[in-house]
Amino acid sequence: MRTPATLKPDCTSSAQSPDDPHPSRPAHKLGTSTLSVHGGESRRKPSDAVTDSIVCASTYIFDDTQSIIDFIEHKQPREEYGRYGSPNEKVVEGKLAALEGGEDAIVFSSGMAAIVGLLMAKLNAGDEIVFFDQCYHRSREFCYKHLARFGVVTHQVPTGDFAAMSAAITTRTKMLVSESPTNPHLTCIDLEQFVALAKRHQVETLIDATLATPGNLRPLNYGVDYVLHSATKYLGGHNDLLAGCIVGSKQQLDPVRNLRGIMGAVNSAHNLYLLQRGLKTFELRLQRHNQNGQAIAEFLHEHPRVERVYYPGLPSHPTHEIAKKTMRGFGGLVTFLVKDADWRQTADIVDRVKIPRIGPSLGGVESLIEQPLVMSYFSQTPEDRQKFGIPDNMIRMSCGIEDTQDLIDDLQQALET
Amino acid sequence: MSINSKKFRTRAIHVGNAPDPQTGAVIPPIHLSSTFVQPGAGEWGKFDYSRSGNPTRSAVQETLASLEGGCGALAFASGMAATHCAAMLLSAGDHLIAGMDIYGGSYRLFHRVCATAGVEVSLVDLQQPEALSKAIRPNTKMLWLEGIGNPRLSIPDLPALATAAHAAGLLVGVDNTFATPALMRPLELGADIVMHSATKYLAGHSDCLAGVLAVKSLELLDRLYFLQNATGAVLSPFECFLLARGLKTLDLRVREQSRSALKIAQFLESHGGVKSVLYPGLASHPDHARAQKLLDGSFGAMITFEADCDFETTKRIVKSTDLFRLAVSLGAVESLIEQPATMSHASYDAAARRQAGITDSLIRLSVGLEDVDDLIADLDAVLPAHGASRGPGVATP
Repeated sequence: MRTPATLKPDCTSSAQSPDDPHPSRPAHKLGTSTLSVHGGESRRKPSDAVTDSIVCASTYIFDDTQSIIDFIEHKQPREEYGRYGSPNEKVVEGKLAALEGGEDAIVFSSGMAAIVGLLMAKLNAGDEIVFFDQCYHRSREFCYKHLARFGVVTHQVPTGDFAAMSAAITTRTKMLVSESPTNPHLTCIDLEQFVALAKRHQVETLIDATLATPGNLRPLNYGVDYVLHSATKYLGGHNDLLAGCIVGSKQQLDPVRNLRGIMGAVNSAHNLYLLQRGLKTFELRLQRHNQNGQAIAEFLHEHPRVERVYYPGLPSHPTHEIAKKTMRGFGGLVTFLVKDADWRQTADIVDRVKIPRIGPSLGGVESLIEQPLVMSYFSQTPEDRQKFGIPDNMIRMSCGIEDTQDLIDDLQQALET
Repeated sequence: MSINSKKFRTRAIHVGNAPDPQTGAVIPPIHLSSTFVQPGAGEWGKFDYSRSGNPTRSAVQETLASLEGGCGALAFASGMAATHCAAMLLSAGDHLIAGMDIYGGSYRLFHRVCATAGVEVSLVDLQQPEALSKAIRPNTKMLWLEGIGNPRLSIPDLPALATAAHAAGLLVGVDNTFATPALMRPLELGADIVMHSATKYLAGHSDCLAGVLAVKSLELLDRLYFLQNATGAVLSPFECFLLARGLKTLDLRVREQSRSALKIAQFLESHGGVKSVLYPGLASHPDHARAQKLLDGSFGAMITFEADCDFETTKRIVKSTDLFRLAVSLGAVESLIEQPATMSHASYDAAARRQAGITDSLIRLSVGLEDVDDLIADLDAVLPAHGASRGPGVATP
């Protein structure tokens, strides 16, 4: 039996200089689409197959007692038991690290498992974190309802308000957290300021870059410590798997990996294979999501029934300048408010759309549409909705990779019926 | 507003992918069931046994039929199983005419399987006008050709050939593997049957074997379905799922891969160490004008070329590239390189190989989704240096 060759080093890294997030590619670096296809993969695979095999084993056998001891003493890197790692997981982690330009990546069974895994590994009772307040409502819920039970204090401050964030930092603060862009307002964070503030206070930083993806934004290049993705979205890209990941330095991620091995939020080999397969077309899909997002945002911006569009690629977006400076494209998520519409009239538009499916989630090839009031904030009080900036007439659309004109025609008929 | 009236890319994502009515799942479930519970003895439900029909297979067949502009499609365990099913329309004593520039496996099927079943086979150079009508005999029943030929990337004049074949009562089958329905829809150009090795661009990720037949006549669909059900080379539900997933990015992949292929073909044509390049998107290709007419704005992602070197050096080139992997097959996200004489077309006998223009120094590229600059750098590093006298610049094997 032949054994696979070792990792080809030039397929595993795409680190770039921190002062320029998207320079023209140095000659010795591989392009993003090349990394999407080959990053993290062995050149020689078992049986000489061109694609990786799906290794379903729950456990891995040792030749003899000595080989167990060698493994424990770190003389022989290899697999042990599925909860601690697997061949399919290593390939996907290598590919994600390569795409993000990071040293290491850890894959979890969902995006929430990833953020929970990171925060649980990094925070102790008495510690504090400061969050920008526009964020996924389940991330917020985990901090307030569950981290609080373990004695961790979460401060939420208005998104992008660095004075407020600075004021909220205490000697017990361990981490600053934000999404960029945020969900659903698509606010882009000035990462230079974010990191500078954290360095001043010697605290770590976490950016949830799910909506940006490594194709549009590389937070590590700004000195962010941890980048989080719900890989369910653009990275998997086909609305057919759940996964999450954290990218950062190996030294900082080792404790997270250890805790994951205990908590067990790992992916099955089948799921990892689908994620790897999805990543192969990542760069291509993202380009199309960016194009569709921009075109739909521009269409909505001009439409008389639309009161306001939130899209970082539009000059009207409050953080357009930051977006232009830091991002290569602006993604497929577009949020807008319907003019003079109550919640029911807004819902009617959602119900009239034919191509996008009505459902939560985003980032897949199929377009999805939803009304945040109904989908995520239905049981919250009007005061809370106002606090989180979720008006009744808000619609969030995740543009897929369908034909642009088909999507515009569809929105047009839904708005004008 | 019917989804079937939408553009290609939208249909590739939505036709055959209705959300699951039971759960609302946006991706239809994978139905592994081999058999289905029936309403009563002698009463049949929509599905009875998975060889005869399976919900996951039906769904992807619906997508495929829509993309090819057909009334129906059938999914097979491999491209050869699909071609064989089409060939089983012929009976002993019938005559089949096939193009000269076809896949080695089809050549083998026609000459060594169909022939032993009593079907007569002739290969005809379809690039020669009149060659077809000269080859038609009273017992000729089918014309088989490739939309873009393999490996010389010839583009037959399908509308004219179909008209001539139909006048003589022939069925016209087109292997559309290289062009894909994103670039050419043979049923709209006169073909009766379109076939795919869906292993290639349609699935697109080098991870499933699959074949497809699509037709525009319900009568023909019934005959082919009977043969498929009777002989059993159906596609498994898992592969149907992977194929359906691949189809969603088909248009994006094929157009991007074609863009890269054109740049690589131009690079090769300007390279001093390259003797000749065959790519339908180059003005130098003998069928360039026809390619512009029959293909939808892109020219596919297969390139054939001859380096200025001997057989042994060619062998060394194909094993020296880094991103281009040495393997048969094509059409996936990973770029591949091969030598047709010893690999994809080794099943041709030597004389037929010569006649089809498959020289020893021919190299075939399948351009994948990698960054085109990376791919060009990869080729540049292993091609003979400019001017043959300076010898090959191939890395030490």
